[in-house]
Amino acid sequence: MATAVENIPSQLEVMDQPLESEMTLSMGPQHPSTHGVLRLDLKLDGELVVNVIPDIGYLHTGMEKLFEYKKYQQGIVITDRMDYLNPLGNNLAYVMAAEKLLDLEIPERAQVIRVLMCELQRLASHMVWLGTSALDLGAMSVFFFCFRQREKILNLIEAASGGRMTPSYFRIGGLMMDLPAGFDNRVKQFLDDFPEALSTFETLVTGNTIWQSRTKGIGVIERDEAINWGLTGPSLRASGVELDLRRHNPYTGYEKYDFDIPTETDGDVWSRFRVRMRELNESHKIVRQALERLKPGPTKADAPKIVLPDRDDMRKHMDSLIHHFLIVAEGFNVPPGEVYHAIEASKGELGVYMKSNGGPKPERVHFRGPSFVNLAALPVMSEGEMVADVVAIIGSLDIVLGEIDR
Amino acid sequence: MTEKLHGYVEKIKEKNADWVVAVAEGHGEITVTVPREAILDVCSFLRFEQGFDMLADLCGGDRGPEEDPRFEVNYHLFSTVHYMRLRLKVLLSEDDPNVPTLTTLWQTANWHERETYDLVGIKFTGHPDLRRILLPSDFDGHALRKDYPLRGYEPYSLN
Repeated sequence: MATAVENIPSQLEVMDQPLESEMTLSMGPQHPSTHGVLRLDLKLDGELVVNVIPDIGYLHTGMEKLFEYKKYQQGIVITDRMDYLNPLGNNLAYVMAAEKLLDLEIPERAQVIRVLMCELQRLASHMVWLGTSALDLGAMSVFFFCFRQREKILNLIEAASGGRMTPSYFRIGGLMMDLPAGFDNRVKQFLDDFPEALSTFETLVTGNTIWQSRTKGIGVIERDEAINWGLTGPSLRASGVELDLRRHNPYTGYEKYDFDIPTETDGDVWSRFRVRMRELNESHKIVRQALERLKPGPTKADAPKIVLPDRDDMRKHMDSLIHHFLIVAEGFNVPPGEVYHAIEASKGELGVYMKSNGGPKPERVHFRGPSFVNLAALPVMSEGEMVADVVAIIGSLDIVLGEIDR
Repeated sequence: MTEKLHGYVEKIKEKNADWVVAVAEGHGEITVTVPREAILDVCSFLRFEQGFDMLADLCGGDRGPEEDPRFEVNYHLFSTVHYMRLRLKVLLSEDDPNVPTLTTLWQTANWHERETYDLVGIKFTGHPDLRRILLPSDFDGHALRKDYPLRGYEPYSLN
């Protein structure tokens, strides 16, 4: 006990030797503004950030290892748990990579429904982003308004798939099942109400002086540097690069839809905020167009050895029953090969690298998560900013730790 | 689509025929196998002269302990100019799983390479900060190797 007391420097000594100019502060992993379990080692000079060292892996569950032990169709449910704010986007990237390996042709109706659901999911994901990033900066009421809208979308997703957060709605070769009766009217109702909610957000946040001074000129990343750091999605478009994979590498029929790519040039938190807010409008437009394109038709590809048969067929046809048994018990073999399929998820480029060795289980599945790459650029954005601005920058990047750690 | 990509492969070959070991085509994508020594030169050629200015993804893979070469590293290059994708592949033997780092060309390679080192155990020579990124620093082994059991060797505790 006595020695411990001796080791403590006297008050006078501390006064004579103030802290060295650099201080290390550990932020997280349970800090609410880290949007999950992210730890940051902040090197501070007073209140100025000298360096940020993100420490990730708290949510690592070894998903990429798990994929290798699961059949292709079983992997879909794992993808739900990656970016849990955009599960349908993860489903889409995964099933499209498998479909590419299998050379499957997806019916028109299934493609339209995929676009419809993905854009609804993007709206829901952006709602969480807006709510939480506003909450981080002290605007609490926005959070409730956003989550009210998100709840409506989750109800729609639940109506279609049965799951709110983990839909697993897209299957290899099509959809789990067709949309329920009256679904289009429910979506129309939502679409009619949404612009009013959007203008509420604009009133609450955009014109707010405090919001503007907290976001403008903060966390700047220039165009070339953004490409160098591999930023994608809204974070890249805020730095002035017009890149949207829905337009430039179109998939699942996005080339038929009419939408704009919002860009900003400043590359700061405000720009990223504006890009996402304008994207809400574009997604709203795409959902409307998808509803118009929704024509009756099959929702599953004509591939009985890959796509599960309808329940009704199984009762009447023996071959359907056999196919069902084989798909569930043994899975289906995927021809050897490797693909990289990238989609525009709500946070940026979500890429899936899938390699098959000819069996029913993939040899390697790798996910290139947009949050993982965007978070890596946090140190360059935060350098020279205040501690409180780091919170704003993390909010503007819209990270999801489930996807970063996988 | 693939004709244009073949054009880029031809350009690599024109620049230096030794840079291309094999070219594989499938599902509208092209994979160029590159010798380990040349990966930095090929990437820098593609980046500065052919417009492949973004490293979209970098991932390692284990082809199985019985395979030789056992490991592979896949580089997915993307262009924000002409929106093409090209996959470069480097094959590595089990005895010497080293490959030059790309962090000098792309900052984004930093975390991708750390992840590949962490999970597959491929070393990136010249990397400024090659530490584990997803798993704890005292973790034993590399989890994505095929001979690593799904549930690990022993119950892992955080102590």
